[in-house]
Amino acid sequence: MTRKHDKPEGLSRRKVLECMTWAGTGVLWTVTGGVPRSLGLVGEANAQAAGLTFLQISDSHVGFDKPANPNALGTLEEAINKVKALPAKPSFMIHTGDITHLSKVAEFDDAERIISQARLDVHYVPGEHDILDDGVKLYGERYGRGTKGAGWYSFDAGGVHFIGLVNVVDLKAGGLGNLGSDQLEWLENDLKGRSASTPIVVFAHIPLWVVYPQWGWGTDDGERVLGYLKPFGSVTVLNGHIHQIIQKVEGNVTFHTARSTAFPQPAPGAAPSPGPMKVEDAKLRSVLGIASINFMPGQQRLAIVDTPLQG
Amino acid sequence: MLPAIFAGLLQLALLAPPSAVAEPATSEMVKIDNFTFAPQRLTVKVGTSVTWTNEDDIPHTVASTSNAFRSKVLDTDDKYSFTFATAGSFEYFCSLHPHMTGTIVVEAATGGPAAP
Repeated sequence: MTRKHDKPEGLSRRKVLECMTWAGTGVLWTVTGGVPRSLGLVGEANAQAAGLTFLQISDSHVGFDKPANPNALGTLEEAINKVKALPAKPSFMIHTGDITHLSKVAEFDDAERIISQARLDVHYVPGEHDILDDGVKLYGERYGRGTKGAGWYSFDAGGVHFIGLVNVVDLKAGGLGNLGSDQLEWLENDLKGRSASTPIVVFAHIPLWVVYPQWGWGTDDGERVLGYLKPFGSVTVLNGHIHQIIQKVEGNVTFHTARSTAFPQPAPGAAPSPGPMKVEDAKLRSVLGIASINFMPGQQRLAIVDTPLQG
Repeated sequence: MLPAIFAGLLQLALLAPPSAVAEPATSEMVKIDNFTFAPQRLTVKVGTSVTWTNEDDIPHTVASTSNAFRSKVLDTDDKYSFTFATAGSFEYFCSLHPHMTGTIVVEAATGGPAAP
């Protein structure tokens, strides 16, 4: 295999990841302008107009104003405008954390003002940026109602059991994301007695599986979650945190991470650090976006469609 | 005259930490850059003030694993200083990105007045 030296190394790695995305999913993808997009599934879902469709947005980082995107609030608004323009209204939205950049009251207020314009119920889990200095206090006041511990909970919709987990609290030196024994015990009880045919969607900020430990992209006790989920025939794990799409299918479990609406991050190992990645201004909106997830009764795998803000 | 100076020095030594009398207070810097603490391991004398500066576009914290010190969140260019008054090895990490770890080794001051 030859390597082109006239291009940054990150590009070739990125291509590899795109291929991984393509290979690892049941969704039909095409690559346009270097950005993977799905073909057909949106149309298919519209034509059949059945099942449950919900959206995932992630990593809004309201308050972020560095070169990688000087206006993260603006791109969040663009994402919400896309949601408002959808021909079929989704059932609800999940937000997989890092709503704000610095947990400031004004950032939470701005996020709420924009996201509420979608006129959808939003189920949140916190990212590490939402619980700075004051811990889960501010986040909990806004989004913690009816949740346990640091903000975990479950609910049912359209025949699917949804579980929101918190893996950004009480992180240990040298470690990865952390759920803790209280939350794991709660989860075990929450799943007890549930029919193995119930489709399960688990969502949390940091990937529950180990994507790239050198950058902290994984959850130390995530394996325990997967252990509890083994009996279930259809499990979908939705995460954020890494600001890019990575998908993996392992047995009955589909893992998927969503794009950010604020700024991209490099592919694992493709840069000296996972910090915000500056791309050409014209390219920014092709690496930001939202995800739409459709569940059709009788189908084991949920269809996940990632749509960039542009392109 | 001489005893008076001696008494004055003694008074100073009682008021201030020994290192402040023995040698000028020192300070050291740790840079937070590309999700690493640099230098990752820093050896200082007792009484040294260490200042961390966040040069990343992402906030970080400086948190001792033994709770000896803990910064507030440091946004880009924010600084945090801590003066190490006791000898020992102090492990610390970023509580947001716990794979970021560092160590400050604090050695007893030498060349100063002998310990009683």
